[in-house]
Amino acid sequence: MTVLDARGLSCPEPVILLRQAMKKKDDCYEIRVDNETSRENVTRYAEHQGYHVSVSEEAGDYVLLAQRP
Amino acid sequence: MESAVRLTKLAKCAGCGAKMGAGTLSRMLSGFETLTDPNLLVGFERSDDASVYHLDDERALVQTVDFFPPVVDDPFVFGQIAAANAFSDVYAMGGEPRLAMNLMCVPEDMPEHTVREILKGGYHKALEAGVIITGGHTIHGPEPLYGLSVTGFVHPKKFLKNCGAKPGDVLILTKKLGGGILLTGAKGDMVEKETLLALERQMCTLNKKSAQAMTPFSVHACTDVTGFSLMGHALEMAQGSDCSMVLQTTEIPRFQEAIELAEMGFVPAGAYRNRAFAGPYVQAEGVSRAVQDICYDPQTSGGLLIAVPEGEAEALMATLKASAPAAAIIGAVVTRKEKSIYLV
Repeated sequence: MTVLDARGLSCPEPVILLRQAMKKKDDCYEIRVDNETSRENVTRYAEHQGYHVSVSEEAGDYVLLAQRP
Repeated sequence: MESAVRLTKLAKCAGCGAKMGAGTLSRMLSGFETLTDPNLLVGFERSDDASVYHLDDERALVQTVDFFPPVVDDPFVFGQIAAANAFSDVYAMGGEPRLAMNLMCVPEDMPEHTVREILKGGYHKALEAGVIITGGHTIHGPEPLYGLSVTGFVHPKKFLKNCGAKPGDVLILTKKLGGGILLTGAKGDMVEKETLLALERQMCTLNKKSAQAMTPFSVHACTDVTGFSLMGHALEMAQGSDCSMVLQTTEIPRFQEAIELAEMGFVPAGAYRNRAFAGPYVQAEGVSRAVQDICYDPQTSGGLLIAVPEGEAEALMATLKASAPAAAIIGAVVTRKEKSIYLV
């Protein structure tokens, strides 16, 4: 699993970070973001790449788990 | 001319996407005591594009101000876009901008050449618009900002409001949507150069000729589509006119590349703010999320949204085509229904 911390980044930086990381085609990514725009945009990118995304909240952040179906 | 500084890297948000949300703004401004004046024909209460103040039988004063962080890396182009965007509010009222003052904020370490190129862009557009820049104010700050405060004139009985649309009107949009999404994608180097150049050309295009094209027609309402997106500005028009609107999403002019970028998550924060504000008044069942994103996408130096009687629409379109090749009839005004806007 690849773990990414995208807190403190504003749009579209979290998506760019994930895009770079997804070039190695891992089966599972955990991405931590701290705002709703990033949550939505990162979810969209992962889904667009064919991953299934689940979101949980943790200490005010959003933790996104992107897994290959 | 390319600059050594990549301007957009210095900006947190792109252009009108940096605008405070409409809902927040109205909370911030509520409850202040203001003077009433019979000469004030349009003030803040109507959320219109500019204020209009009656001077005499032939003239009313139009005033507006607009500024934002860099949307493109070329400082000369950024200056032109900021100026075209600032003048646009006057054109949206059917007026002619005449005087302007620069508003500028630049980091202390920004090369003098870059600052000068931004200003050169502003003066270049002002000349084209027939506007005299009479001065301004420049301060130092971490994020570059540029725009202008603009004064213009309009006939006190012939100015265009953002309300006044009537059932039976059709709606015309004069520029393509999707600019905010493209600018967000550009920050990730996701946009082809040709597409970005086409967007830059569109943002640099004054709404002057489109405004002039409207003069012979009985336009009922007009506004420019900027940071609050097509949905935000159309909602103001629908609510202010006590009508609803039916918009044909397939007819809405747009940069096609923005659709895939939206699906990939290159959606600016402003689009989410606009959706939160206007979404409850919009029905969009059956319209794809990406097409909806285009409708909520904040535009910088966007086009005019014009409500005109159906019988005059084709003639107005024919006049507009020369100055606004992307102009399209995007929908119709109907009697007020449960929702203000229906996307179909």
